[in-house]
Amino acid sequence: MALSRRAFLAAATLPITLAAPRIASAQAGAGRVVIIGGGFGGASAARFARDNFPALDITLIERGRTFTTCPYGNLVLAGRREINSITFGYEKLAARGVRVVHQSVVAVDAGAKQVRLADGAQVPYDRLIMSPGIDLRWGAIEGYDEAASERMPHGWVPSLQPISLLRRQLEAMPDGGRFVMVIPDNPFRCPPGPYERISMVAEFLKRAKPRSKLIALDAKNGFSKQPLFQDAWAELYPGIIEWRGASNDGRVTRVNSAAMEVETEFGEKLKGDVVNVISPQMAAKIARDAGLANQSGWCPIKPATLESTQVEGIHVLGDATIAAPMPKSGFVASAHAKHAVACIAASLAGRAPPAATFFNTCYSHVGADYGISIVGVFRPGPNGFAEVEGSGGVSPRNAALTAERRKEHRQQEALYADGWYDSITDEMFG
Amino acid sequence: MKIRIALCALFLSGGVVNAPAFAQATDTALLIGGCQGCHGVSGQGGHGIPSIKATHSRDEFAALMRAFSANERPGTIMGRISRGYTPEQIALLAAHYARPQ
Repeated sequence: MALSRRAFLAAATLPITLAAPRIASAQAGAGRVVIIGGGFGGASAARFARDNFPALDITLIERGRTFTTCPYGNLVLAGRREINSITFGYEKLAARGVRVVHQSVVAVDAGAKQVRLADGAQVPYDRLIMSPGIDLRWGAIEGYDEAASERMPHGWVPSLQPISLLRRQLEAMPDGGRFVMVIPDNPFRCPPGPYERISMVAEFLKRAKPRSKLIALDAKNGFSKQPLFQDAWAELYPGIIEWRGASNDGRVTRVNSAAMEVETEFGEKLKGDVVNVISPQMAAKIARDAGLANQSGWCPIKPATLESTQVEGIHVLGDATIAAPMPKSGFVASAHAKHAVACIAASLAGRAPPAATFFNTCYSHVGADYGISIVGVFRPGPNGFAEVEGSGGVSPRNAALTAERRKEHRQQEALYADGWYDSITDEMFG
Repeated sequence: MKIRIALCALFLSGGVVNAPAFAQATDTALLIGGCQGCHGVSGQGGHGIPSIKATHSRDEFAALMRAFSANERPGTIMGRISRGYTPEQIALLAAHYARPQ
């Protein structure tokens, strides 16, 4: 049994009726936790708190009434899924006892421990969780601003721009046309994401517009799961994809959205019928306004507890954080969320925080029945976080598998990716 | 649910705080948090991902994880994961997910 004998007896002799907040607040370990952001970090934190620490009073502030996931957006882009299949509401989370507030946050007063909302309301907290996601750095690529992103979509922040815009452009592209993708340097949201997108766009082009080409211009010289992606591209989409790294003049420094043209570091100009610019990024505005970010635009945190190093009493989760080598992924955000909630519960009860182990899997769909993955298990280390030695890694390459096992492995990983998606979204919103 | 009752009871017990039991229940909740991502909130699985809820005895579960770690059991991902955890952490997971004896 999971319960120690002593804890079981304690539970058996106490009335386990969860009392009204006024009683709960008089007990050790109770307190008001406010969560800003209802994505992978925020929704996971709310669910985990309700499941495991019912003495905590949980308020979730999320300006959107629904949440469309970034994961599986590439499958919507490819026409494999519809956007409502990756969009979720907060009703069930609210029914679990989370106070869900659909308002924008205007300011965080860390001294008074209050959050001010757009409607003027003040929300007091004992501890604050900030899980706000990212903003795009307009102007980091010359000429790429919010107006330009209507013509050259990023499709990287669903709450700012639904993936449907890029999908419509892709569907309208002439056969024989060119899809240009601009990929940023590290750090950015979802390291394998652009390459899953390349795969899914190529799958669509091969099926629907077979004379078309995709050219990816990358500010980096290498990327997550690169050998696996490139093996798959050569096998599934020969002649469609060209990927250019930074040392091959792949870095884009300027765009002209009116002309649908991008310009590289060394002055080469390329036009695209569709131009997808995944621009450089930073922590979302609310985190920066609250003083949580440093000059990098990202939020430094204490590895043991995920508390901000800049502002006391605030835990920062997910993509907004500086947490390398942990990737910026939804799975990591949900892992952060659970740890932060546990640390908060311990702190409110006057206890030491639990030890941290963070686990991440990123699945990528490369083609039909063809999935690949990367796993990482991380703990706090001397300089931030460190991977647990001997653990993690990527799916085996083709050469390491028999032909029969290869097909089965790729099929299983594609299936398990769907399983991951359903499990994690059910946990957050089910 | 088991963890919720344990943690709830430990909070409502007021002054005398059972630190080791609280720590163990918290550690377990955090550990299963990783498993939940694929195996589901209650370990029920789906889309070919196996159920791990009450499907094995405690010893079988721990042995399975050791076999994954040693690459003795075929899988796609479990070895890469299980090598990230200590035997003590595996024991907590095994206790949590075990078939009732």
